[in-house]
Amino acid sequence: MSTSSPTSYTNSLTLFILRRIGVTIATLLLVSLIVFVITGLLPGDAAQEAMGQAATPEAVAALRASLGLDQPAPVRYVRWLTGLFSGDLGLSLTMNAPVSEAIGSRLWKSLTLSSLAAAFAIPLALGIGTVAAACRDRAADRALSFVTLIMVAIPEFLVATIAVVIFSVQLGWLPSMVLLPDKPSALEFLRAYAMPVMTLSFVVIAQMARMTRAAMIEQLSKPYVEMARLKGIGTQRIMLWHVLPNAAGPIAVAVAFSMSTLLGSTIIVETIFNYPGLASLMVNAVTGRDTPLLQACSMIFAGAYLLLLLGADIIAILSNPRLRAN
Amino acid sequence: MIQDNGFTRRNLLSALAVAPALASVPALAETPRRGGRIRVAGISSSNSDTLDPARGNLSTDFVRHFMFYSGLMQYDSRLLARPALAEAMDSTDYQTWRIRLRRGVTFHDGGPLTSADVVYSLLRHKNPATASSVISIAEQFAEVRATGRYEVIIRLAAPNVDLPVILCDSHFLIIRNGTRSFRTANGTGPYICKEFSPGVRSISVRNPNYWKPGRPYLDEIEFFGISDEQARVNALLAGDVQLIGSVGHLSIPRVRASARHAIHATKSGNFTDLVMQQSSPISGNPDFVLAMKYLFDRKLINRALLSNLGSIANDHPIPAFNPYAANDLPQRQFDLDRARYHLKRSGFEGLRIPVYASPAADGSVDMASVLQEYAHRINLKLAVNRVPSDGYWSTHWKKHPLTFSNINPRPTADIIFTLFMKSDSSQNESGWKNKRFDQMLLEARGSQSEERRRLLYGDMQEMVRNHCGLVIPVFLNLTDGFDRRLRGLGSIPTGGLMGYSFAEYVWWAG
Repeated sequence: MSTSSPTSYTNSLTLFILRRIGVTIATLLLVSLIVFVITGLLPGDAAQEAMGQAATPEAVAALRASLGLDQPAPVRYVRWLTGLFSGDLGLSLTMNAPVSEAIGSRLWKSLTLSSLAAAFAIPLALGIGTVAAACRDRAADRALSFVTLIMVAIPEFLVATIAVVIFSVQLGWLPSMVLLPDKPSALEFLRAYAMPVMTLSFVVIAQMARMTRAAMIEQLSKPYVEMARLKGIGTQRIMLWHVLPNAAGPIAVAVAFSMSTLLGSTIIVETIFNYPGLASLMVNAVTGRDTPLLQACSMIFAGAYLLLLLGADIIAILSNPRLRAN
Repeated sequence: MIQDNGFTRRNLLSALAVAPALASVPALAETPRRGGRIRVAGISSSNSDTLDPARGNLSTDFVRHFMFYSGLMQYDSRLLARPALAEAMDSTDYQTWRIRLRRGVTFHDGGPLTSADVVYSLLRHKNPATASSVISIAEQFAEVRATGRYEVIIRLAAPNVDLPVILCDSHFLIIRNGTRSFRTANGTGPYICKEFSPGVRSISVRNPNYWKPGRPYLDEIEFFGISDEQARVNALLAGDVQLIGSVGHLSIPRVRASARHAIHATKSGNFTDLVMQQSSPISGNPDFVLAMKYLFDRKLINRALLSNLGSIANDHPIPAFNPYAANDLPQRQFDLDRARYHLKRSGFEGLRIPVYASPAADGSVDMASVLQEYAHRINLKLAVNRVPSDGYWSTHWKKHPLTFSNINPRPTADIIFTLFMKSDSSQNESGWKNKRFDQMLLEARGSQSEERRRLLYGDMQEMVRNHCGLVIPVFLNLTDGFDRRLRGLGSIPTGGLMGYSFAEYVWWAG
């Protein structure tokens, strides 16, 4: 066996993380290049989209020149790249403001929504998955399986619209959109975010619960569980202290994938609940062919996804002593 | 000479509101009350929301511009021009106009309104760097100069009777001399811009120094766009917003069913049309064009696609309430036999041809489906290509022999004809070029005789009806949904939400 002293273990873990971060940065740059090229292939450019039906050739040409779109594509990309390395994300072509300003508050709002949804969904999903695994093939498990299958199958915009019709229009319990005063009380905050968070969680809870259940069932067939049972340890203790730590790796990966699904679903919630987050900013950037803004948004989403995966891999390593040794 | 009693030579028109609830001129028994804070949801919102009047493109922009700025003239419910920042506007030959400005008007930053502001605001449209949406109309301004602190002379390239109405448009609202940045709005309008985030929302607060005494009534308006129509209607019915624009015809029963809400409908000159390119041998063939005109079942379209809330149109763009509407022209009917006859004569029977429709042109996808069904009966194979709204106007509009389009209402016959049917206009949809039409257009624009104008516009409508490569089946209407406690909402047929200028008319009775 290789040396497994604490310092060398920390060193190799740090090295692993640093390598992964390097790969992440390279991937983000590749993402920005791909987004740039694809946006360039779309018909129309920011100047044409800005003028819409009122576009006359001279007006479009003048707008194009003022936005710097008359320069060849490689020049524009290199210019953007040099700006990026000096910390400047560039100027948004549609908003007449720096990209960093355009993204600023909306990034914060997206993070708030995603964190709330994650905080709500993950414990619930783990709980459901654990209970389902413990009551494997009995009534509780079958019921939960059925319910989670339906939850996965229903499209989110349907869930959102039905929820709004029932809770906002008919019952009037919750607001139909996220409207918050400047200094909201805790209750106002919860009421405003209740439906968006539940809509976002709907599908990911089902996904995570099913994968948690599968991971734990796999562990339950291992000999050490049988040994623990023979020793007389209760089911609850077995599940929480013996099985769960061992299933942590696969569960963490499942959570990471579900969280990235959640990031993608935010666009639906932002549309229905009029929530000004990063996803709708990005969709608007596509429609307006706002390349610098689009590149920045794509990199943020890609970065978030890669970071989630890195987190999952770290948890997998930490929870598995055999991986720790390398 | 136009003074406070309106443009007296025009005929008086009846009120335009369809719904019996509210009259177009708010001379009600109830006195307006001050105060109240409302939320209003428009139909769209994008990153390119702007506070620059010249660059307004979406209804969201127009609403904001009318809240923060005022113009030289203002529409009334009959689309006549009334004095606003201009106290008087007169001309003897309709080519040189003298404008006398109202005194004592101040911008939100405290500065006074003077002729320099007007000259700056009007001339900047001619500069290509401004990227103004009305650059083609501003070409008519040969000279704009100040002849005094409160007097401006506009000399046009050719006489145009409609200049006062043109100046009511939101693009020609007056901004402060020298303004280049539009992070906030510094205007003379009824509301002051407290907050503006493009693509998110704006917050307007009452302007205590507004030049119309006693107005506006509301304390604050929060305004944003909800692009999903269902979500917009749900927000109204849930009580989260008090006024919404563009209620789809399928949602109208839901709003009417609510005791606390009501619908406000306005007839307008908005239409979705089929555009047949005159440069293509197929769609440019006169018999083919006539065949398509007879192929549209207008009554069915109005009933099935608009719940009978539209008005049947006659293949020309002038709606019935326009003072120059030629309502005596025979109404083109749906006629399969005639369509079949003209198709045979064109020699294109049995032809397979694609037609492009998109949600960007309201109702065009459904209209295309109906058209395809009828075309099949006369042995014409129409393939409906439904393309997304994204980039429709730059990618598909006018680029294929058969495409659908949607034209927003314009206040005068001259503007509609100039923009969409004049030979050299870049927005001439079908590429129809008719020298006689152009001559008539220019003559009508400057004619001193009301009768002559009426005759010319009547003939022009007939020409468009019979020869232009457009099929205009129905005029769409504008429907707003509102909380009944919001009073004073009227109609100005240039757009929904009272021609986008509801903000200075409405008050809250709740």
